[in-house]
Amino acid sequence: MRLNKEWTIKGIAMAVTGTILVLAGIAFAQHRNFKEEVVLGPGVTTVRTLGDYFAPLKGGPNDANVFILGSGEPGGTMLVLGASHPEEPATSLTAHLLVENATVEQGKLIVVIHSNPSASTVTRPGDAYPRFFHIETDWGVKRFRMGDRWANPLDSWPDPETYVHFPSGQLLAYMDVRNLNRTWPGRANGSLAEQTCYAFMRLIEAEGVDLVIDLHEAELEYPIIGTIVAHQNGLRIAAMASMTLTAEEFRIGMEISPLALHGLSHREIGDHSNAPAFLAETPQPFLDRVRGITDESLLLTGKDEFVMKAGEHGLLYWPIDEDGWPIDVRVGRHCSTILSIAGFWTMFNRSKPLVVTGVPRYADVVAEGVGRFFADPRGARAQVVLE
Amino acid sequence: MAVMVLYYVITALFTVILVRNFIKTRDVQKGILYLTVLMPFVLRLFRLK
Repeated sequence: MRLNKEWTIKGIAMAVTGTILVLAGIAFAQHRNFKEEVVLGPGVTTVRTLGDYFAPLKGGPNDANVFILGSGEPGGTMLVLGASHPEEPATSLTAHLLVENATVEQGKLIVVIHSNPSASTVTRPGDAYPRFFHIETDWGVKRFRMGDRWANPLDSWPDPETYVHFPSGQLLAYMDVRNLNRTWPGRANGSLAEQTCYAFMRLIEAEGVDLVIDLHEAELEYPIIGTIVAHQNGLRIAAMASMTLTAEEFRIGMEISPLALHGLSHREIGDHSNAPAFLAETPQPFLDRVRGITDESLLLTGKDEFVMKAGEHGLLYWPIDEDGWPIDVRVGRHCSTILSIAGFWTMFNRSKPLVVTGVPRYADVVAEGVGRFFADPRGARAQVVLE
Repeated sequence: MAVMVLYYVITALFTVILVRNFIKTRDVQKGILYLTVLMPFVLRLFRLK
């Protein structure tokens, strides 16, 4: 009798556990396997993948699409990296917008929408991130994956006790062995993130990249925010871009990449290639630790009363008010920052001009909304790449 | 890669031990605890999380 009661309870517990596992498993699998639709814009001349530059990545989780927008005219080559950290969605949206809208009249533009695709297939455990977010467009609602800061442990596991950065030997936090912005310049036999950075360095060599822009977003509690961090080889360009943008469009600072802080794009790309590297940051209240409900609304509107309260107490490095930091503002800032850096590159390098058109500036994106700039993947002439 | 495979083997081993303990225990509270602990191991073995 007692045995029957015991197994009845055990059976109910097994059914509940099985149901949780199936429901959670379906949700995780949907997120991991979801593909975003990218409509190739008029400027795209070639689509390659990172595996074309470093064969071991081919067909793997980080074989990212590389969109090349050529002009046929000689000039400079600029690489724009979106979603080095996929929990910073204004970065992938900006890169996506570039692919669908930009036209290059002189030089070449290379865009990667998801620079660490593995990290875009997982969200942060315990932080209740939404799996997806949605942008209103002229033709309907477009769905995007929300991601994490680190590559998916399903693709890169286990982490070391301490991550020893290559080649500096600097000790970094263990999980940063999966962080694309701590593993530059990478190594061929390293972790997935290290191999991905290694592939990007081979891309920079092979394509003759002249400058790199790594797009990011930051919490308002973090001091490196609303700024351009520049390698010492790109200080003139960053300073001019910062001053001009601040005078004409929005406030943005400029900082020099610390010499002794290793693994970051703005330090290592500049040190290990001829390309000066710039890292652009926008404010994203979604990432603040003091935030309230972590949902799609916060991700898109950037409005949060708890972050505002922290601001009232002087605990933030960047202002916030009841208007928040909407996704249109954040994408618009990145668009203008990219255009401004390209413009000043051309001013200082007359023999290697880089002229990009078709990309909206800050005021355009804020006025019309980022969704206005995404094409219908089911349009008659749409050439779609799954991202 | 070899270390990653080894970690999956360890995960499988813990899964077997937890299932075995669940079956053998007469204490239903412990049984529920074993099932709760089992969930992340199963999700990792099936490469879902």
